[in-house]
Amino acid sequence: MTGAASTAVLIVILIFFFLGREALPFFKERGISDLIGTRWMPVSFQKELYGVIPLITGSLVVTVLATIIAIPFGVCGAVYVAEIARRGEKEFLKPFIELLAGIPSVVLGFFGLMVVAPLVKEIFGLGSGMTALTGALLLALMAIPTIMSISEDAITSVPESYKEASLALGASRLETIWKVTVPAARSGIVAAVMLGMGRVIGETMAVMMVTGNAAILTLSPFESVRTMTATIAAEMGEVAFGSVHYAALFCIGLILLAATFGLNVVAQRVLRRK
Amino acid sequence: MKPRRRHDAFWFWMIRIIAYSTVAVTGYIVFDIIRNGLPAINWHFLTDYPRRGGAAGGIFPAIVGTFLLVTGTIAVALPLGMATAIYLSEYSRRNRFTETIRMAIITLAGVPSIVYGLFGLGLFVLFMHMGASLLAGSLTLACMTLPTIIVSSEEALRAVPMSLREGSLALGATKWETIYKNVLPHAVPGMLTGSILGIGRAAGETAPILLTVAAFYLPNLPNSIFDQVMALPYHLYVLATQHPNAEQIRPMQYGTAFVLLALVLMVNAAAIWLRIRIRKRQRW
Repeated sequence: MTGAASTAVLIVILIFFFLGREALPFFKERGISDLIGTRWMPVSFQKELYGVIPLITGSLVVTVLATIIAIPFGVCGAVYVAEIARRGEKEFLKPFIELLAGIPSVVLGFFGLMVVAPLVKEIFGLGSGMTALTGALLLALMAIPTIMSISEDAITSVPESYKEASLALGASRLETIWKVTVPAARSGIVAAVMLGMGRVIGETMAVMMVTGNAAILTLSPFESVRTMTATIAAEMGEVAFGSVHYAALFCIGLILLAATFGLNVVAQRVLRRK
Repeated sequence: MKPRRRHDAFWFWMIRIIAYSTVAVTGYIVFDIIRNGLPAINWHFLTDYPRRGGAAGGIFPAIVGTFLLVTGTIAVALPLGMATAIYLSEYSRRNRFTETIRMAIITLAGVPSIVYGLFGLGLFVLFMHMGASLLAGSLTLACMTLPTIIVSSEEALRAVPMSLREGSLALGATKWETIYKNVLPHAVPGMLTGSILGIGRAAGETAPILLTVAAFYLPNLPNSIFDQVMALPYHLYVLATQHPNAEQIRPMQYGTAFVLLALVLMVNAAAIWLRIRIRKRQRW
């Protein structure tokens, strides 16, 4: 039993170890300075370039946009389910959110390709619908269930006495929700958003299928971008194992792992503080 | 109506609309896949091999492959996850070791699926010389599913009232007898519910199997756990993005998406059904 329980610890150690092990040759052959470049050109006739900055900005643009889109839906959804909805409504709403969380990312990506990308192209009059915004819209859909369920827990766990006190002082139900309940659940909601971001930044398939995957340095939501995850998934199939390019992809994996690990640790801190 | 009440009612309606728009979008996604996918489904589509690079024929090997991957994942992750949950809920004390395990579980839950793919490639495929194989893919998916199984199983175990354990111990049963005969029978349905949800998610994952097991086309079903397999998510990905005639094979794409979605939703429905049954039965 103790042995089984240690497996989780073992897997974490192995993940860090093997990502590091496979990434190490890059640091030996090219050095860390080669990663900090603005051009990612792993296949080239002159000199291959492995600058990850455009990939990081690509991931950031998509993640930040997706989070901004997801927050109102996730938080309002949580407020509605926790404070406003009747019992029967709750029983109807919650399975839908679980359903959304259960849709495989490749199916969501396919839907994005068929429906969302043409829509974005049409609405904004673009040459192509394969943009950062398209990816962000899909990723927002993946972040909403996470944000909603964790925020809902936080809102539900606000003591009833807070609300009663507020109502007794003459505040309306709406005022109580926005000025008492939600602020009291603030740390839980912040953690929920961070965990949602963690989910979004690591998401691969949906984003790879609809963002066009051009590794260019841009902050515009209407340009094609390439995220870190998409780079790994798209290029790993074509590299020779043990090559510099292969090691560079593991370096990206390490950056991703560090980013999600950081978000997770901070979110847990925030959750525990209350 | 007083102005303030009207003001409140307005904002309640706004929140309601925002909440229901998520539901509407979810409903539309499922509707779109069903509307376009269902016409493509027939007996041949489900039981034939793909022909002409997936442009014709069926998706039988991909269905079998996904089924095998899920079986492999369950075989590895379920016993491990449940054992860990039993340890955490019944045996562990509040100490460094327990804290480390909990931290590890939280970390695992946050690792991106593509990173699991890299990990599986580095450890199972290359270092342990399994090659791209059913075994490597199942192990990778199992690592990914483990945190979900542990967390939900532990919750189910903790929901069993202390009095059941105390009663059993007071009658002279050993610790293990107590767990095995008086705690597990009540907890197993709950443990399974959460685990099924986690496994359903694994069935739909593409990124981890992309690097560890999946092949786009195989002429035969796998003979051993060291063979590559086809899988539904990967099949859909290739049909949707890599196929030269992507426009002309819409029915094949939607058909594959429909089968994958239906599979995952059936698994989820099973879990939810199980949960409702437990809620009805348990009263403490």
